[in-house]
Amino acid sequence: MLQEHARIVDFIATAEGVTGRKKLQKMVYIMKKLNVPFREKYEFHIYGPYSEELTARIEELCDMGFVTEALEDKGSYVQYKYAVTDEGMEFRNAVGASIPKNPEAAALLNAKSARFLELTSTLLYFDHLVRDEQIAKLHSVKGKLNFTEAEIDEAYRFLDELEQLKLA
Amino acid sequence: MSYATQKLAEEKVFKDPVHRYIHVRDQVIWDLVNSKEFQRLRRIKQLGTSYLVFHGAEHSRFNHSLGVYEIVRRISDDVFHGRPEWDEGERLTVLCAALLHDLGHGPFSHSFEKVFDVDHEEFTRAILIGDTEVNAILKKVSPDFPADVAEVIAKTYSNKQVVSLISSQIDADRMDYLQRDAYYTGVSYGHFDMERILRVMRPLDDQVVIKSSGMHAVEDYIMSRYQMYWQVYFHPVARSAEVILRKILQRAKELSENGYEFQQPPTHFLAFFDRSFTLADYLALDEGVLMTYFQLWINERDSILADLCERFVNRRLFQYVDFDPGTDYKKLGELSALFKKAGIDPEYYLIDDSTSDLPYDFYRPGEEEERLPIQLLMPNGDIKELSRLSQIVDAISGKRRTDYKLYFPAELLIDGKKKAIKQQILEMLREGGV
Repeated sequence: MLQEHARIVDFIATAEGVTGRKKLQKMVYIMKKLNVPFREKYEFHIYGPYSEELTARIEELCDMGFVTEALEDKGSYVQYKYAVTDEGMEFRNAVGASIPKNPEAAALLNAKSARFLELTSTLLYFDHLVRDEQIAKLHSVKGKLNFTEAEIDEAYRFLDELEQLKLA
Repeated sequence: MSYATQKLAEEKVFKDPVHRYIHVRDQVIWDLVNSKEFQRLRRIKQLGTSYLVFHGAEHSRFNHSLGVYEIVRRISDDVFHGRPEWDEGERLTVLCAALLHDLGHGPFSHSFEKVFDVDHEEFTRAILIGDTEVNAILKKVSPDFPADVAEVIAKTYSNKQVVSLISSQIDADRMDYLQRDAYYTGVSYGHFDMERILRVMRPLDDQVVIKSSGMHAVEDYIMSRYQMYWQVYFHPVARSAEVILRKILQRAKELSENGYEFQQPPTHFLAFFDRSFTLADYLALDEGVLMTYFQLWINERDSILADLCERFVNRRLFQYVDFDPGTDYKKLGELSALFKKAGIDPEYYLIDDSTSDLPYDFYRPGEEEERLPIQLLMPNGDIKELSRLSQIVDAISGKRRTDYKLYFPAELLIDGKKKAIKQQILEMLREGGV
């Protein structure tokens, strides 16, 4: 159990903080799909792949004082910003010292918007389909978001870029 | 008459302790029930290791799946039938999804999935669209029908009303398992007025709502769920059995990887150890198969595997203490070192375990929550989220409760050699705040 907590702490630390619950969910999902050994189970929810286990783990880490969750008021919406505390780093070093890091991938993911990561993770969720079917499915489940062809092309290009990093 | 609309010459009924009778008129449903993949669910218990605490809890996923089907059948054929907001063309899809929603569960799913990093929902999909009897039956309805049913179960189906009948915060799955698990465990929690809830469910736009006059029945359902989770599903003794089960599978895998020569080779597990498994390998497993291995492995030369199996089979479970990982993770390291000094492998005999539940939550616009709320339909046609009207539900909304336990074999710390170290361990454990 603690290894899994440490892995999340490590990921947030490696990404130098993550802004947005949705974004964090999708970042971990994409890493997991690229064979990084996150163990959180995902299902399809409102914004695409979502892990109740990850949500629970983040809440536990906040309760333990290893991660902070700051609410940012953006006017028409609010966002949660996650950062690792000093105690969290101590925990990570004690429990998860051997966890391999993927700083380049974390940075690439963190630089993307929540919308883009929702698109990318949703395409990945349907990776058992061929590309045309994947895109049709995307439009079927995410019709209201009106993803453009250019965005979809960019998502596939982004996935190729991540795959070339050979994540550990 | 097409296969999709074909009816049995006479209605079939299953006697059921929760719903009294489960009614089947559709040929498709009858054929699915008789498929070998569905019959396999008879050999997988609904509540995993809970039978070691609640001896009545021997019911299977077969019972539960039929129960979910019956609830959805009643909603579709009685409550929603004839309502303009409900698409009657979805009837067979939602009935099949209800019946088959747990089809991919394996033996002692919770532990098995953790150790072998597999997901029963992926197996459900694989059974529905793969080379199986179930797939052959569904394909007779139409070529796309297996994928449609799979999408409902995966929550990616385009008709959200259909999805929410199977998976939402008030769905047929939960309504059946709460009542069924309460019945078989014998506890007094878990009961609620399902008849009332069914009468006030309404299809509306892309969701299913509850008439506000049924709010108190929904409150009762949510409280029942809350109590069942903490009194039954998260029972610390059942979790102790889960922990041992997990460690048995982990030990067998480790031994196999290290070239250990089993007296009873783990033939059924080999494809899972090296992740070369096929759907056929998965379907060949059930709880009878696992229990047979555990019985035989009691006589293995490896003392850890033999001991863990003996514990599980004969219910010699681990003891536990409360544990707060936020403050105690360093002490856990110290304890682990002491276990090693005492000659007890902490990897298999000192195990931390956590469980948590969020009884109800609702979507707050702009906050990126992922749970669809329970919506109440007011007499004037307005929609209001449940916790806005219910003080009881408001009190528990969004409040997660987590429980951490540390499991260990108490009797190994009392007897034998290295008593001083074992005494030190026991004192640390007794101090609390391990």
